[in-house]
Amino acid sequence: MLVLDIMKNDVITLNSTHTIAEAVHLMQKKKIRHIPIIENDRLIGLVTDRDVKEAAPSSLSDELETLLYETPLSKIMKTDLIIGHPRDFIEEAALLFYTYEIGCLPIVSNYQLVGILTKTDLLYNYIELTGANQPSSHIQIRVPNQPGILFEVSKVFHHHNTNVLSVLVYPYQDDESYKILAVRIKRMNPLSIIEDLKMEGFQVLWPSEPEMNL
Amino acid sequence: MKKQASFIFSPDQLNYEFSETHPFNQKRIILTKDLLEEIHAIQPDEIVVPRSATDEELLLAHDAKYIEIVKKASKGEVSENIGSIYGIGTEDTPFFPNMHEASALLVGGTLTAIEEVMEGRSRFALNLGGGLHHGFQGKASGFCIYNDSSVAIKYLQEKYGARVLYVDTDAHHGDGVQWTFYDDPSVCTFSIHETGRYLFPGTGNVTERGNGKGYGTSFNFPVDAFTEDESFLHIYRTALREVAEFFKPDVILTQNGADAHYFDPLTHLYGTMKIYKEIPKVAKELAEEYCDGRWIAIGGGGYDIWRVVPRAWSHLWLTMKAIPAPTGALPEEWLKKWQPESPVSLIETWEDPPNLYEPVPRKKDINEKNEQMLTRALHVIRNGS
Repeated sequence: MLVLDIMKNDVITLNSTHTIAEAVHLMQKKKIRHIPIIENDRLIGLVTDRDVKEAAPSSLSDELETLLYETPLSKIMKTDLIIGHPRDFIEEAALLFYTYEIGCLPIVSNYQLVGILTKTDLLYNYIELTGANQPSSHIQIRVPNQPGILFEVSKVFHHHNTNVLSVLVYPYQDDESYKILAVRIKRMNPLSIIEDLKMEGFQVLWPSEPEMNL
Repeated sequence: MKKQASFIFSPDQLNYEFSETHPFNQKRIILTKDLLEEIHAIQPDEIVVPRSATDEELLLAHDAKYIEIVKKASKGEVSENIGSIYGIGTEDTPFFPNMHEASALLVGGTLTAIEEVMEGRSRFALNLGGGLHHGFQGKASGFCIYNDSSVAIKYLQEKYGARVLYVDTDAHHGDGVQWTFYDDPSVCTFSIHETGRYLFPGTGNVTERGNGKGYGTSFNFPVDAFTEDESFLHIYRTALREVAEFFKPDVILTQNGADAHYFDPLTHLYGTMKIYKEIPKVAKELAEEYCDGRWIAIGGGGYDIWRVVPRAWSHLWLTMKAIPAPTGALPEEWLKKWQPESPVSLIETWEDPPNLYEPVPRKKDINEKNEQMLTRALHVIRNGS
């Protein structure tokens, strides 16, 4: 999946001559925390809610008010930016967020700002990848860490003519000889499938007894 | 003279049958009715024969194309490939002969129940054949073909101009009904269920609150797997009281799936008969407080049809009739009649035996998580934002 599939296309921007006060109002009104600064559609800087707070440490003082209304964003914006490309993979984007500890990624193509991706967008996308947004049941299976196992497991789903909505593969505790498959299937009654998985020798961790730590 | 309660029933409700081995088995209606008859709780004049829903009524909540496919499937004219696009002909919701007629009768039963109450013939009404809450506008899902609740709520709106509070205590999230009225501020959907983290359908998170004008009129209370009576009832009572006070409905429709019981094979909650004794009491109390008593109850899930559903569903009717909950032994005749057919040993008393299950090791964590969930879910009405 690519960044362009999940980024926001209409980006709210300002120019470097806008004031800090204007940025504060825009952030409040649109409920956003990052404003890219552009000049002729080119990205030249970024102002975050943290930059604004640092520039105006107390909102209680009247003197600072005037200062806010006079200072242009060019004085506080960051210009050394981490940017992404619309055709980056979202895994690559996720690594950028993690490595540089950033909250948003302006997306630039052909020198123009074409979108923005926030940490929240990315997180939501990962939730969707787990398949929990369609009617389905979740099964967890412990399988030997060997080639061909996924095929063996999916034969059971095939046999029951069941749609698989998502599959995640996790490590099993510290034991490298096993993996956990977390599967979402389009079924309300998974009992016959679970029975067959057990018959094939797989250990079904969920559904389980309450002693199991999930 | 106005009746205290109407029991909607016809043996034809049992025609909604996927196969002999399918977990959804309407024989539970007969088992319940028979148990109530054994204790002389139902009089013949309280039984009302359901009508079938017309196409026009089904169209209130379903697409014309979908109804047409179900009608064709009814006559065996739909292939598995085409059917699966509409959620039928699957292992969950297989084809069966006359499936349209059987499904339309269940919807009609719920409409009959509504007419009994709204036309003033009866104070309360019960249609155990209804409660098919997973049905979508254009798609069957999770054993449900037509969604009788969705059709019935539209009917209540159009014919009677009523504000409806829909209360769903099935262990599975009432997704079909929720999505149908997600944008509608005049219908409030309330669902308490096992968390969708693992269980079908996976939705029903506290963050699903409605959309647009309907924002703030969908409420979800997902409880953890292995939740027991005390925590379940605490969440249900607190939440339903606050939601009813907030929404001020004209009528309450309750879906009464009986699958949150420890014995239920499809879910992982640890409820006992105590919750089924309590659930209808609270619903009735609130209907009397806010809706001049207008309360209609329907069935739902419930897959231990021998040990759980008949006793659980009896409490609905007994509450409607204001008959004190029976205790002690079940009628001997009933046990003698059905034990030979039952693959499991029947429970012989109205209450569940003590120590039904081993103590749950993580009980404290589970109750604490449920409590936090309740606070998050009610935050909107408690804080007005």
